[in-house]
Amino acid sequence: MERLKRHPVGFWVCSLPPSLWLLAFFLVPLGFVWVLGFGEKRGLIDVEITWTLENYIRALDPLYLGIFAKSIWISAVTTVICLVVGLPVALGIVFAPPRWKPVLLLLVILPFWTNLLIRTYALIAVLRTRGYVNFTLEWGADALGLPFEPLALLYNNTAVIIGLVYVHLPFMVLPLYAALERLDRSLIEAALDLGASQLRAFLTIVVPLAMPGIITGVILVFIPSLGSYLTPDLLGGTDSQMISNVIERQFKKANDWPFGAALSFLLMYVTFGALAIRAVLARRRERLVSP
Amino acid sequence: MRTAGPGRASSRRAPPGPLDYSRQTWMRLVLLGTFVFLYAPIATLVAFSFNDSKRNIVWRGFTTKYYEKALANEGLIEAFINSITIAVLSTVISAILGAMVAYLLWRFRFPLKPLYEGAITLPIVIPEICLGVAMLVFFSRIGWPTGLPWPFNLGQITIAHVSFSFAFVAMVARARMASFNPELEAAARDLGAGEWAVVRDVILPHMRPGLVAGALLAFTLSLDDFVITFFTSGPDTVTFPVKVYSMVRFSVTPEVNAASTVLIVITVAVTVLALWIQNRQGADKSG
Repeated sequence: MERLKRHPVGFWVCSLPPSLWLLAFFLVPLGFVWVLGFGEKRGLIDVEITWTLENYIRALDPLYLGIFAKSIWISAVTTVICLVVGLPVALGIVFAPPRWKPVLLLLVILPFWTNLLIRTYALIAVLRTRGYVNFTLEWGADALGLPFEPLALLYNNTAVIIGLVYVHLPFMVLPLYAALERLDRSLIEAALDLGASQLRAFLTIVVPLAMPGIITGVILVFIPSLGSYLTPDLLGGTDSQMISNVIERQFKKANDWPFGAALSFLLMYVTFGALAIRAVLARRRERLVSP
Repeated sequence: MRTAGPGRASSRRAPPGPLDYSRQTWMRLVLLGTFVFLYAPIATLVAFSFNDSKRNIVWRGFTTKYYEKALANEGLIEAFINSITIAVLSTVISAILGAMVAYLLWRFRFPLKPLYEGAITLPIVIPEICLGVAMLVFFSRIGWPTGLPWPFNLGQITIAHVSFSFAFVAMVARARMASFNPELEAAARDLGAGEWAVVRDVILPHMRPGLVAGALLAFTLSLDDFVITFFTSGPDTVTFPVKVYSMVRFSVTPEVNAASTVLIVITVAVTVLALWIQNRQGADKSG
C-alpha cells in the first residue's frame, strides 16, 4: 500500500475512469430515482418534483404493506427451506471422499450459471397441470387403479417458493460448505467420545462453528429472493405478486413512475437493513472469538 | 433421521465410523434428492427439445426439427446476435474498469477508502429491479438518443450491463492480487523498471488469471441478465432472454426448449472454461 502522493499519475489514471463510470451510470441514475420518489404525476409522462411525501405515505397503504410483508414472508420461508436442505448437503460434500468433492461442488455450482429464465421455464414444464410431476402421478394412480385429479402445482405461492428454492439453493450450499470445510473434525469426535449423540454434537458443535457460513448463506438467499421478479412473475398466481412485480407494474402498465420510484427505494432500504443486521452479527461474533 | 443402521447394513466393507457421513444412506439420499431436484427440470427441458411431438409430454421419437425451426426464427437469431454483441462489449469494458479498480484498491491508500470500496460493491448488492428501474429513468430523463443504427442502439443495455458487472471483475481481480509477492515489484524497480513497465510486466501478468475469470463471469452475467435488460431494451433492441421471455409468456413449446438448450450449452461451456482457468490459477499458487 502506498500513499497516492508518491504516484499521483498512476492513481488518477486508475481511479478516474471507473469512478466516473460509477458516478455517471450508477449513482446518478439511482439519484434520479430517489428524487423521482418525491415527485407528483402531471399528465401522461410529466412529473413535477414537489418534494411531497405522498408516494411514501401511499406505500404504507395496507395493500402495499401487505405485499411487502408477503415478500418478506416468502423470502423467509425460502431461506429456511434452503438452510434445512443446504446443511445436510454441505455436510455430505465436506465428508465425501476427496475425489468426489470437486465433482459434487461442480454439480452444485453449474445450475447457478444456467440462465435464470431458462431454469424457471424448465420448472413450468415440470409443474404445470399437464407437466411431468402430474403425469408421473397420473401414471402411478392408473397403475394402482386409483382415481386421479391433477394437482395445482403452478401459479400459486407454493410454486413461487419452489422456484425460489430451486434458484437459490447453491447460494446457501457454497458458504455452508466453505464454513464446514474449515471445521476441526476432532471437535466432533471429542463430543461423540464424551457421549454426545450425533444430533447433540451437530447442534452444539457443528452449527455454532458454521454460524458465519450460515449467516452469509441466509443473506445470500434472503436478499435476492426479496428482490426477485421473474420467479413470482412466471410461477406465481394473481395473489403471489411480490414487491418487484408491483414496482415493474408502476413503471410499465400503471405508468406511475413516482410511486414506483418510492417503492424501489423502500425495497433498497429493506435490503440495506438486512445487510446491516449481518454486519452487526459478524462484528459481535468477532468480539466473541477474539476478546 | 440419524439412523446409522441401514448404512451399516448395506455396506459390505468396514462399518462406517461416526464421521463417515458420506457412507450413510440418509446422507446419500439427501444428496441424491437435491441433485435430482436441481437437474431433473433442466434435463427434461433438454431431452424434450429433441422430442418429435408438439404438445404431448410423451416421447414420440428423436428429431432436430425444433432446432431448425429456432434457427429459422429471425427474431430469435437477431436477439441472439444482440445478446452476444452486448456481452462481448460489456465484458471488454468491465474487464478494463475492473482491472483499474483492483489495482487502485490493492495499491493505494487514500482518504475515504472504505466508503469508496462500499460504493464499488453497491452494484453487487442492490436488487436487480432497482438498477433496472434506475436505468430506465436515467436514459429517459437525459434523453438518450433512440433509433440509432445497429450496433449503437445497444448502447443503453451495454452501459447498464457494465454498471453491474465491472464490480464483479474488480472483486475477483482484487482477490487475486492478495497473493502477489511485493518483492517481485521491488526487484523490478531495482533493475530499473519504471512505473508503467512494472504494471505491464509484473503486476498485470499476475492479475491475469483473476481478470480472465472475472471477465468470463461478466460475460455470463451479461448473457443471462433479464431484469435489467427488460427495462433498458426497446422494440428493436431485444436480447435473447427478453425474446425467450416473450415466447414463454405465450406457451411452452419445443422451439423454446431448443433455443434454451443452445444457451445452456454456451453458458456451461463458458463456466467450465472459467473453472478450469481458476483451477490452473490455484495450481500456480501452490507450485
